[in-house]
Amino acid sequence: MIEAILESPYINSLPTLFEGLKMTLLITIAGLFLGFILGGLVGLGKLSKNKLIQGICTVYVEVVRGTPILAQVLFIYYGLTEDLIGLSINALTAAIIAITINAAAYIAEIVRGAVYSIEKGQREAGRSLGLTEKQTMRYIIWPQAFKRMIPPLGNQFVISLKDTSLFSVIAVHEVLYMGKQYYNVTYEIFETLVMVCILYLIITIPTSIILRRLERKLDV
Amino acid sequence: MIEIKNLHKSFGDVEVLSGINATIKQKEVVCVIGPSGSGKSTLLRCLNLLEEITSGQVLIDGTDLTDPATDINKLRTDVGMVFQHFNLFPHKTVLENITLAPIKVKRMSDREAKDVAIPLLEKVGLSDKADAYPDSLSGGQKQRVAIARALAMNPKYMLFDEPTSALDPELVGEVLQVMKDLADEGMTMVVVTHEMGFAREVGDRVIFMDEGIIQEEGNPEQVFVDPQNERTQGFLSKIL
Repeated sequence: MIEAILESPYINSLPTLFEGLKMTLLITIAGLFLGFILGGLVGLGKLSKNKLIQGICTVYVEVVRGTPILAQVLFIYYGLTEDLIGLSINALTAAIIAITINAAAYIAEIVRGAVYSIEKGQREAGRSLGLTEKQTMRYIIWPQAFKRMIPPLGNQFVISLKDTSLFSVIAVHEVLYMGKQYYNVTYEIFETLVMVCILYLIITIPTSIILRRLERKLDV
Repeated sequence: MIEIKNLHKSFGDVEVLSGINATIKQKEVVCVIGPSGSGKSTLLRCLNLLEEITSGQVLIDGTDLTDPATDINKLRTDVGMVFQHFNLFPHKTVLENITLAPIKVKRMSDREAKDVAIPLLEKVGLSDKADAYPDSLSGGQKQRVAIARALAMNPKYMLFDEPTSALDPELVGEVLQVMKDLADEGMTMVVVTHEMGFAREVGDRVIFMDEGIIQEEGNPEQVFVDPQNERTQGFLSKIL
């Protein structure tokens, strides 16, 4: 019985798939980290009173959100040739860039929405006590806004994680790509894809549960 | 002294204040009454520049709020404000709500700020709530914390914007009592209120506003018992 399980095509695919999972997580985490920084800046830009900065950031968000990530990554990987930009981008870099710019566009909206969602009385209370605009943002608005960003950011993690599967088209060795490589040899397509999906779920379901708990705890 | 000179305020095309002239003297308690939409809250919010002034002047101890050279943040430390919806900082404890501005604006140490805050909490009867978060307080308690928070900056003036309008009826009294104590200590106060009992008992002067202008003002007895203006008569007959 135990031997049968150990020898099953489900289990046999795992070492290969784990290799892919590491890559999937690397791209997701690196992309989200950079996306958070870029998205934070773009979000601040959208809140800026400077119309030019606000305009640039709005265009960025609309362009990125309005085009499919698959088209974006093909554009970055094949479209931006060495002739055009003077350096070559490998598949992994292209994937991380694609996640970064994509997550950044959504995170920018998360940041902006969270700041906007803080009741205007909070700002007024801060200013009426003599705090400057900057101090009011730093000590009153941001701490509350950050809390409200956590659930949608967790959501973005799940979305970005799943988006990485698209990068199999540029042969990034993420988990779906590794699965395809594996079943092309073994022809165990059903079993392999079941395991690929289980690996995704092992990450996404606990994330959702943690988020829901956090949401309740933070009361947002 | 607060001097309001020909104050106009418009939101877009809508003129909310159409030439207000008033003076609030030291230690005076002025209650502003009037129907909703009469501009009384807007007037109050112009006194610490939460609303930009369209034209006219507001002078606080001679400093012109409309002068671009005026350090508005410094001036606001002299003018405390209490809001209808409390606007406590929900991510901070009661004590932190009170000490934030003294620490960040007046550069007090945590210790000094606490020494300011604790007696104020006692004064509003909430010493035991120092470490509580605003969410766990009743409306009346929240408003008393908000008063303590404003007082922590040691302001010369206190502005109250319908401080009891969002409270359950049974909680109104505790907030009015704190305000009355404050008035008795000689705080200069401008109170926008629907509490006619308070206006009559505590107010040195009552201002009745309607349609963006001061329709009538005088001592409470005179305004409440023998209003001269037709609008005042109409308003009082509806609410008294």
